[in-house]
This record gives sequence, C-alpha cells and structure tokens, in this order.
Amino acid sequence: MATTLKINGKKISVDAAEGTPLLWVLRDHLKMTGTKFGCGVGQCGACTVHLDGNPVRSCQLPHDRLGEVAITTIEGNEGKAATAIREAWIAADVPQCGYCQSGQIMSATALIAQNASPSDEDIDAAMNGNLCRCATYLSIRRGIKDAAKSLA
Amino acid sequence: MFLKQFSPTPAVSPTIDPVSPLSRRGFMKTSGVFVLAVSLVGRMKAQDKVAGSALTDVAGGDATPSLWISIDPDGTVKITCHRSEMGQQTWTAIGQIVADELDADWKDVKIVQALGHPKYGDQNTDGSRSVRYNFHRLRVAGAAMRSMLTSAAALKWGVSVDDCQAELGYVTRTNSRARLSYGELAQAAGRLEVPAEADVQLKSRDQWRYIGKPIPSLTVPLIVRGQGTFGIDVDRPNMVHAVVARPPQVFGEVDTVDDSQAKAVKGVLQTVRLPKPVAPALFQPLGGIAVVATDTWAAISGRKKLEITWHKGPNAAYNSDTYREQLETTARQPGKVERNRGDALEAIANSDRTLSAEYYVPNLSHSPMEPVVATAEWNGDQLEVWACVQDPQSTRGVLAGFFGISPDNIKVNATWLGGAFGRKSKPDFAVEAAFISREVGRPVKVTWTREDDLQHGYYHAVSAQRFEAALAKNGDCTALLNRVVYPSIGSTFATGVNMAVNWELALGATDIPFNTPNLRTEVGEAEAHVRIGWLRSVTNIQHVFAVQSFAAEMAHAAGRDPKDYLLEMIGASRLIDPKTEGADYPNYDASLVDYPIDTGRLSHVAETVAKMADWGRKLPKGNGLGIAVHRSFVSYVATVIEVKVSPDGSLSIPGIWLAVDAGTVVNTRHAVAQMEGGTIFGLSNALYGEITAKDGAIEQANFPDWRLLRMSEAPEAFEVKIIGSTARAGGLGEPATPLAAPALANAIFAATGKRIRSLPILGPTGSTLNLS
Repeated sequence: MATTLKINGKKISVDAAEGTPLLWVLRDHLKMTGTKFGCGVGQCGACTVHLDGNPVRSCQLPHDRLGEVAITTIEGNEGKAATAIREAWIAADVPQCGYCQSGQIMSATALIAQNASPSDEDIDAAMNGNLCRCATYLSIRRGIKDAAKSLA
Repeated sequence: MFLKQFSPTPAVSPTIDPVSPLSRRGFMKTSGVFVLAVSLVGRMKAQDKVAGSALTDVAGGDATPSLWISIDPDGTVKITCHRSEMGQQTWTAIGQIVADELDADWKDVKIVQALGHPKYGDQNTDGSRSVRYNFHRLRVAGAAMRSMLTSAAALKWGVSVDDCQAELGYVTRTNSRARLSYGELAQAAGRLEVPAEADVQLKSRDQWRYIGKPIPSLTVPLIVRGQGTFGIDVDRPNMVHAVVARPPQVFGEVDTVDDSQAKAVKGVLQTVRLPKPVAPALFQPLGGIAVVATDTWAAISGRKKLEITWHKGPNAAYNSDTYREQLETTARQPGKVERNRGDALEAIANSDRTLSAEYYVPNLSHSPMEPVVATAEWNGDQLEVWACVQDPQSTRGVLAGFFGISPDNIKVNATWLGGAFGRKSKPDFAVEAAFISREVGRPVKVTWTREDDLQHGYYHAVSAQRFEAALAKNGDCTALLNRVVYPSIGSTFATGVNMAVNWELALGATDIPFNTPNLRTEVGEAEAHVRIGWLRSVTNIQHVFAVQSFAAEMAHAAGRDPKDYLLEMIGASRLIDPKTEGADYPNYDASLVDYPIDTGRLSHVAETVAKMADWGRKLPKGNGLGIAVHRSFVSYVATVIEVKVSPDGSLSIPGIWLAVDAGTVVNTRHAVAQMEGGTIFGLSNALYGEITAKDGAIEQANFPDWRLLRMSEAPEAFEVKIIGSTARAGGLGEPATPLAAPALANAIFAATGKRIRSLPILGPTGSTLNLS
C-alpha cells in the first residue's frame, strides 16, 4: 500500500512493505543513499535523520507510521546551522572515511540549531549515539564548536 | 597485508593484461581529450628499445604519464588513483604528488578511481604503503608530463624549451606575455615522446607546492552532502538485494533448510544455496543460504524466516575460555627460536633476580562502519563487480580463480570504502555477490548486516605471550626472553599452518630494539578455528602491548623512571638488523638499506613526546602517565597517555601526546588525523574489544556486545608532533595503533599500581577498573 512521506520539503509516495524502516525506504526505494546503514539496531547513529528537526535513527522507524511529520535527510539538510556545520567540517577536514558522517552531521546540526553554545557535556550528550570507527571524535568536537562560534 | 604470500592462485594468471600495449605513439585523440595510452611492465620491453623512453621501469612500477594523468581541453587534470580511498585520504595524497610535479593548479585536479588491473602495479591498499610504494614513480609521471607540456609549448612558439616554464596549469615564455594552458597544450603534448627517466627533472624539495602541506581533502566536500559512492550505495538497473545466512562455524554447512516461510515474505524472490568452502578458507564464501529480494529489508526479513539446521563441522569445539588456557600453557613451554643473541635462557637461569609476566589479547573485529557490501552483474561470461575492496586487482584474480574464467572477462570497480582496517582486503563478499548474481541471472547487491560482520569476520588473532627477564643488581636488563603464541594468518591461506610466520613475528616480536646482551624470541604452536586476518597494525597490536608493558614492568622492578629505562633499553643510536641474529626479517617488504631500523630515530620520538607531555611533572592524585614507543610500517611513533582513575575505578583520558617520524610526509593535516584516529582505534580495542567463540560460533551479535569507544569516552586533548624529515616516506595509517594499549596500561599502573596484562581493560559492559 502506498504511503506518502514528506521528505526534504517534498511529498513523496512510497510503495514498500508494511513496517519497512525509513532507512531502507530512503536507500532502496528512493535511492537517497546519503543516509547510511551501520547496525540496524539504533546503536551507531549512521542512519540519523531529522523528524521535525529532531535527530532520530531511521533504522528504527517504520516508514508507514510517520504520517505528515517533516523528514530531513543529509541531502536536504539546509539552513544556518546546517551550513555552519558543513563549512566547519570542510574547513578542518573533520571526516576520514566519511561513512558515519551523514549521521554525525545530522546530530551536530540539530545540536547547534537548538543550543547556540554547546559545552563539552552538551556535545557528549548529543553525539554519544554516533559511532565513528575512524575515531574522528576530537575533530567532530572541534567542528561543532567552530560551527557554533561562526553563528554567534 | 603482505597478501601476495598467501593469495590463492587463480585459474588464470591475473598478471595477463587484456589491454593492447601501445607505443608512445599510442596517445590517442578522442573528442579532444588527451586519452590514456597504456603500457605494461613486461610487455613493453621490446618497444622500450625503440622508444627509449617509456617510463615502465621506474622504481615502484610504471610511471608512464598517460597511465596516471589525462588533461581535458578545459584544463581539468584527471589523476588516476589506483589505491582505495578509505578515509586515509589517499585521493588527496596521490593527487598532491602528481599535481606537484605536474605543477597543476589544485583547483583543476579531479581524481579518477582506477579499476583493478595489473597495469597499475600493486593496488593492495594495506600495509600503510600507498605513499611509500608510489611516491617516486608518481613524481616521475607528473614531471614527465610537465616536460612534455613544456616541450609542446616550445614547439608551438618555435623557441627553446629553456625559454619555457610550466607553472600552475600554464606554460609561459621568458620575456613574453605569451602563455598556453595545459588544456590547450594537451593534444600536442600527447604526440611527443615520453622522456626517459634520466631526462625527467624532478622538483627540489623547496619547490614543492603541495607535498608536505596541509592540503584539504578532496573527498570531504562530497561527504558533507551525503554524496560519493560507497560499496553499499551502488545501484544497477534491474538489481536485486541479498543477505546470506552463513554457517555459525567456519567449515560448517547446511544440513536441512526450509525456505517456504522466507519466500512468503513480501519482496522475497528466491533463495540460493552457496557452496561449502574447502579448506583453506582463502577468500571463499562461507556457504549458507542467500535470500534474494526486491529490497534489503525484505531480504533481512526473509532471512529471519529461514529454518536451517547446520552441520557444525570441524571447529565446533572452539571455546574462547579453554582456548586461552591452551595458548597460555603453550607459552610456558619452550618454543621455536626465531631470533637469538647471546644465551638468554642461561642468563635467566643463573640470575639472582628475574621477572616474568604473561599477556593476553583477545580476538578482535575490524567492524568498519560500512559493513562489507558487493554488487555483481554478469553479461554472458563477462563479470563486473562494484565493491568496497582494498585491492580491486587481487579481487579480480580471486574471482577469476573461483569461477574459472579469464581475468580479461572481469571488471572490478573499487568504490569508496566506509572504513576498512584490513577487512576489505578479503574479497569473500565479492565472490558471494558474483555467485548469487550468476544463479539469479540479475545484478545482485549482497549486504552484510552488522551481525554478519561481527560473526563471520577474519579476526585479529587471539594471543598469549610470556616474557622473562634477568635483571642485574643495578636493575639493568641482562637477558630477555619473549615467547609468542597465536593462530597465524597463514592458516587462512594454507592448511597445516599452526605457527605464526616470519612476517607476523617481524611486526614487533623479532625486531625488539633493546640492547640487552641476551635476547631470545620464540614462537609456539596454535591451531586456528576461525578465519584469522590482518587488522590495522596486525600483530604489532599484541607484540607492542606486551613488549612496552614489560619494559615498564622491568623499570618498576629496577626502581627507575619508565621513560628513562625505556631509553636505556633502546640504548645508543645504531642500526639494527634482526637477520644477523637469525630472524627471517622482511622489514615491511622494504630494504634495510632504504629503511633501516634506526634506534636514534626511535629514541628521538620518545624523547620528543616526553617533552611534549612534560614527563615527570607533578600529577593530581589518581592521574598517571604512560609511555610507549615503536617502529612499525617503517615509521617511528611514541605516545604518552595521561589517565585519570577516580576512586570508584572509572577512567578518563585528560590527554594524549604523540610524536611521529614517518620520514617525508605528503599531507601534514591528514597525517595528524591518522595519528589521532589510529590511536583511538587502538584505545577502543584495548578498553572494550573482545570477540569470543562458544562451540565455534561467535558470541557477539551487534554493537551492544561489541563495544566501540564513543564521543564521551574520547580523550579530552590530543597533541601530535610530526618530526621534520627528509628520509623516505614511511607509513601513517597503522603505526599509531599499537602504542595505545601499552601507553594506557602503563598510565593505569602509574596512577593506581594496578598492572593490566589482559585485554580488554573494561570489556563490553564494564565502566570501572577493578582496583582490588
């Protein structure tokens, strides 16, 4: 049965099996592969997207329960906070392999959109759900602070 | 790493090149683009004489400019990267080397990822050697192209080449405002002879524009938009998706299967039975049942509905707890001598003062954030594969061998790799995809879930090591015995291998740099019961943990400062050759002339890092500093970790200092990133990492069981110093990793008096150190 989703400001009709997680709808059905698969159990954060601006793990969200909520993915991550994060990420080469970084960026964007001057503790709390095996954590921490400063 | 020693022999040799060799005249014009001609090591010999010029024999391989560089009429410089990009920034480094000698404008540079093909020479992106193996020849290729562009301009203007200068994408003319862009010159340049190596003028170091500079990454601007294609992002027309239910035990197999419920899942198309592997494991699929579906989730859902009973096979008695006891028992028995100086056994037997300790490191998983994924497509007998592989060339050879077809019929595209750490140099997943695709007659993407990744890996070997020492009255070490026991990577590639092989031992065991008068390295037997593979820094992980911990234990016994004692153990500046003491020592596939073991450089990084960390300063109660130093992948790294241990035993890391001497460094910014990332990768494994088996099956299923270090556990500060050097380029991707565990263990001892000899320190659920 077709479901209508609101993704990056557009209404999109999807015909996926009942209960299919948003992650696989994005990746396999809509070919929006910026959102990554890392664990499938909500433990790694690679699949992080925004629902109404809040970071959530798309591998845990049945797509057919989302209704009208505004979904934002890395492909549609725009606005002042998103731009600041992107610029800080590029300026300091925060990523290494980059695979987890869509999720890192979605979490970081939500953080500075909601907290203009995050402390180390705020960053720990907001980013602890995003694993990075390349271990770019210190660069991410610096990137978030640089991005927040650029918005001040 | 060092794969060539164990690569399965394909049915058809992968060194046969399908592309017709072309002479220097073979530079072809197509649509105005300076198209690549190809030339081959081996095949070009006869023509070399005629041309006297093709740069096929340059150190490191073929430096023919057309193999590496093409220039579009609009001036875009396309540089071929034959190494796999996995976050180490090889795109940027290779681009920097070529663009510097070419004197291209960096903004014009675009990277083209090479297919797997012997014409590129070694493409095995592990062993921390992409720069080491390619630095010289890529400089030659860039400089040769610059020379040809300059000559083309001189011809056009009818002036001497001495009056023409190449700079930032243009050739200019002395005493003239005339200039021609590389794009305008490319076609004419392509018709010129390729200069001989002797005629290629390389830049001097002070002329380098890009090499040695913190040039920004070429991949990051794509990554921040969610762009770029990883293995898991590949899409093909008419493609279907598969996941595989693999036997829980290596060399187990399907007994019975009922797939009726799986096939009833919406989107599931069919199941495919994979062949059982025949020992040795090599890069064969593990067998099992593939579920093929219209999307990944349907395949995963279908797999859950499979009803399979398994034959457990020959490895069902593998249990990590009893296996540990076996390794430790073996480590207490005499082993095979691998290196010997003096008579350590006699010196220890006759000493009034001896010290011994045993160390344990468990099996570890690579767990890159992108699990392994491959897509395959057959067109008649032609096979094309897209996969996150570290070596697309050997993948092609493995596929040729498995399917009994010529590599000429196989194309392997290396995507970006979402982390790799050695896992993605084992292309078993590409073979799975090709097999399933052939069975279903459509393009198939095989995705490994995290459970698949953790339970069916090529694990870092579990190890036990025993150290014994004799100490003089003044505390000096007069004899040292180290005995190492772990299943060999060789067991994955040949049956009957039950002992670590020379190059595994050479990563920290047979190259101990201590100047003690009596030194003996032994190895004991250990059977493998899972697929053993290489993981970032490989056997250095366990060797360096033990050697650097034991050095600190000796310092403590001697009542001396661990840093001072370590430097005394290393001793005076000299070159070491373990071969003179009986070691079969390959030196990371490098010559000891070009890349000696230089204890002066080793001591220097240790002294440097001690200064950076202000070693010896007064620390708050509960804090401690630990130091470790090691040469690996022909680079020298020293690390100091400060740990803070609260009274309840919880740990945090206020700071890490690291000094690295990697010879000539191409990109200082990315070198720092590798030092930070490599260290924290090692910390994560040391603190939390443990893969265990019960009845031959891996017990860890997903990230709750296999724990990775998170943001809140990361060090608070990390300072890196790159030692300026004009020595040959060494490795950077791996050398930081093995220092993390011993530096941390030594810091914990300094803080608490508790000596860590068994990893992991905290494990999957631990949050505090047991201080009792």
